[in-house]
Amino acid sequence: MLAYTIGFGALLVSGLLILILGLEVLQSPIVVVVATLIPLSLACGMVWEYLPEWRNFYMTYAILGFLAIGLTRFTNTPRQMAILILALVHGVAGLTIFLLPLGMVATQRSGVGFLMVSLGGALIGLMGVILSFLRMGSKVFSQEKLIRAFPLLFLVITVVYVLGFNWR
Amino acid sequence: MNRGSSWMQTIKRKLRLYWPLIKSLQTFLLLATGLAGYMSARCPIFHLPTLLGLSGSLFLAISGSTVLNMWWDRDIDARMGRTQKRPLPSGELSSQETVRLGLILSVIGLGWSALLSPLYALVVFAGWFFNVVVYTIWLKRRTCWSIVWGGIAGGMPILAGRVLGVGAIDLIGFLLTLSVLFWIPTHILTFAMRFYADYQNAGVPTFPSCYGFPVTRATIAASSVLAALAIATASLLIGVQWGFVRLLVVLSTGLLLLALGSLVRPNERVNFGLFKYASLYMLASMILLSIQ
Repeated sequence: MLAYTIGFGALLVSGLLILILGLEVLQSPIVVVVATLIPLSLACGMVWEYLPEWRNFYMTYAILGFLAIGLTRFTNTPRQMAILILALVHGVAGLTIFLLPLGMVATQRSGVGFLMVSLGGALIGLMGVILSFLRMGSKVFSQEKLIRAFPLLFLVITVVYVLGFNWR
Repeated sequence: MNRGSSWMQTIKRKLRLYWPLIKSLQTFLLLATGLAGYMSARCPIFHLPTLLGLSGSLFLAISGSTVLNMWWDRDIDARMGRTQKRPLPSGELSSQETVRLGLILSVIGLGWSALLSPLYALVVFAGWFFNVVVYTIWLKRRTCWSIVWGGIAGGMPILAGRVLGVGAIDLIGFLLTLSVLFWIPTHILTFAMRFYADYQNAGVPTFPSCYGFPVTRATIAASSVLAALAIATASLLIGVQWGFVRLLVVLSTGLLLLALGSLVRPNERVNFGLFKYASLYMLASMILLSIQ
């Protein structure tokens, strides 16, 4: 319950801060840390609820991953190392959110509606990938257009999570 | 037909001029706190006549005191870029008409509240008195600490709502009042920093002009923490459902983060962001208390 509160809370407060402070806030180094908090805590909540035997392992991984990302943002960590840690922590959390509902539905341990959470996981993973591309200076995406799409993505992600957790 | 149409035109013109005098956003936010105070006692009971009386009397009393505040401060407003286009300093309304309007709204609002409950009327009157006499007329031009009294006035609508609901001044009512009292510096001081030059021009003492920006930011951060604590304690004592408490904690965390951000990396954007977030926070808290 606490993990879900942190995850959805971070999602809500991030959305509000983007609305109030403007899209420039996405340039702040703290955004990466907060953006990590969302998938990590949601994944933690789901593992805690559905895979009790993995609780301790996943909690340790989440805490260490979060601390590692925080350290890379506020110390002189080599850029490649920072990106690797970010991709690893984000990737595992995103995959957990994406795959766990699929597994639960496949084994009939939850309703089909839970797949909406997988969709949310895929979308949030996509956001993470795009952010990483932008931070690496990729020209594949237009930064301005993508950043403008973020509030809408936030809204869609929130809606699919709410539906998924209610229909599971 | 022509006469009727001309009357309508006159009424429309007057309403267009009167509306800015009541600072509608501020008035409705205070009204929302009053409704939340009442609902915190009576929810889920929905008693339409009392709700209507509470809304009407509070709206009129708050509007009346705001109009009188505008009337008294018309010389200050004329010297500040932000306010000099208001109907009174710009000459669209006369000061006699404004003071008449303020007094009429106040008398009807206070009279209506007396019909609802004597104790409720006393609290509404206290709010009116602190705002018009203590804050506006007596202290605003003398000391930057006047905002404390403005804060007490701002805390009266929520206490009034609570008093109308439970029939007495209780600990929860006191805590709810404190939450608004501590929220007001977050709101007003960020505003005072943004329009620092305007206030200096008008000769109005403010926290930033008396103690500097760093002390003002620290005050804002401290008052944000205290406001969040007061509202959280009140919510727990009211027995707000756990889900709403969690949402309140999340919103409070956002407020604290912004306050901390304005302390660590002060800039205009974060400063004004805090001002906007604080208003949103108070409105959201009041809605949560109302629908709990």
